[in-house]
Amino acid sequence: MDALPFNGFLRAAIAQAPPRFWWMIGGVMALLLVASAIGWVLGRRRPGTVVDNLNARINAWWVMVAVLLVCFLIGKVATLVLYALLSCFALREFFTLTPTRRGDHLALCLCFYVAVPLQYWLIGIGWYGLFVICIPVYGFLLLPAVTALQGETENFLERNTKVQWGLMLCVYCLSHAPALMLLHIPDYEGQNLLLLFYLLLVVQLSDVLQYVFGKLFGKRLLAPKVSPSKTVEGLVGGGLSAAAIGAALWWVTPFTPLQSALLSLLIVLCGFLGGLALSATKRSLGAKDWGTMIEGLGGALDRLDSVVFAAPVFFHVVRYAFQ
Amino acid sequence: MIDRLLVAIGKALIGASPRWIGSHPVPSQRVYFANHGSHLDTLALWSALPPPLRRRTRPVAARDYWGRGGLRGLIAGPGLNVVLIDRRRQDQDTDPLQPLYDAIEAGDSLILFPEGTRNLERELLPFKSGLYHLAYRYPEVELVAVHLDNARRSLPKGSLLPVPLICTVRFGPALRLEPSEDKAAFLTRAREAVQALAPQA
Repeated sequence: MDALPFNGFLRAAIAQAPPRFWWMIGGVMALLLVASAIGWVLGRRRPGTVVDNLNARINAWWVMVAVLLVCFLIGKVATLVLYALLSCFALREFFTLTPTRRGDHLALCLCFYVAVPLQYWLIGIGWYGLFVICIPVYGFLLLPAVTALQGETENFLERNTKVQWGLMLCVYCLSHAPALMLLHIPDYEGQNLLLLFYLLLVVQLSDVLQYVFGKLFGKRLLAPKVSPSKTVEGLVGGGLSAAAIGAALWWVTPFTPLQSALLSLLIVLCGFLGGLALSATKRSLGAKDWGTMIEGLGGALDRLDSVVFAAPVFFHVVRYAFQ
Repeated sequence: MIDRLLVAIGKALIGASPRWIGSHPVPSQRVYFANHGSHLDTLALWSALPPPLRRRTRPVAARDYWGRGGLRGLIAGPGLNVVLIDRRRQDQDTDPLQPLYDAIEAGDSLILFPEGTRNLERELLPFKSGLYHLAYRYPEVELVAVHLDNARRSLPKGSLLPVPLICTVRFGPALRLEPSEDKAAFLTRAREAVQALAPQA
């Protein structure tokens, strides 16, 4: 009884998704259920900030999985719109903390109203060539030119650098995640969003496992001035476990188990470096969190700091090796 | 309905996260006075108030800019429910602050920008005397200093498009006019109260 046209559309969308996708979603949901259960038990037995943080993360993931699932089913456009919004939120948090002046207003407007839609539209129409150079070449040259024309020279270099960095991180680097849809991998047509899932899953697992291992076994701090919580034990333990899970997920991807293991290691490493670099940036701006959008876990950029470094590297390595 | 839409736009565009430092979001009758840098200031402060307070709080706006019809009239009237005030003294007989007195007597709270105009600098301009007259006439009304951060960066004077930035609205402690205080001293004290709430650069 297809009373609603939406019903038919949903059925078609579900039928279109490959079986691997449902296995993966099922696995992820099972994992989240286990995690939620553990979190609930721990919350009863040993209440405290660490458990609260874990539970907040688990809740955030439920939301993420739900949103990604909906986007996958609706299709490419929904995913691009989602990432465009994420870029806007991250950009907003970044620019809030970096001091800018009246003369930067036009540059900021160009970032939000031109750069973001343009970058994601280029992915949508599949124009790889321009997608890859638009911001690093044209954006890089246009923004200081526009700002110089405004006439304000005080702190010109610093202001410009900050705008460039924000744009590169929040828009260019982040856009490489949904850009995985542009790749043409033989025998893997139409399943590229699974690669996106894979990337996000490994990055998030790496983050949380590093946190857990750090809390359980952490002793030696890696970079105490930059991050008070990153430890060598956390990185090695968490990173290797995440890479192992990534390797075990080889059947979702077009890679062999060994390739999957190596790529997961790469994602873990880049994610870690991204978290570190953005932590250092935050400290230099005098902030503990980028924003307060998510209860207890900071802002959008706090959640995305690992993805932002991992996505471009993963994209280009996969493109070079598999396309 | 328009007011809910405005709040949603305000929150999406400028965050408008409130910090209550020294006073609490209780529904007592108040005059919130803040620094002014952008047209988004009113929206930021108004959106940062909890809904029960927001319903009884009316921003004060200049009639020469907001009193005309069209989109501005829609935002000012059904949206924000502003109190219109003449910035230029048209009639020597009537008190230009009369609309504010009427609003206070009706039990509403007010949002006021004592600088009088949008200020491009971080340093506050000297306050105009409206705040003093309100404090003198209605001593039981609380006067809460508020500092708005970043709204000025989001939509500077002379720009058309706002840039989404997170604006923090810092509500400070309540002030009261001391019995022996004269106008100049009170306005200086009020100005310093707002400046003190600014985040240290």
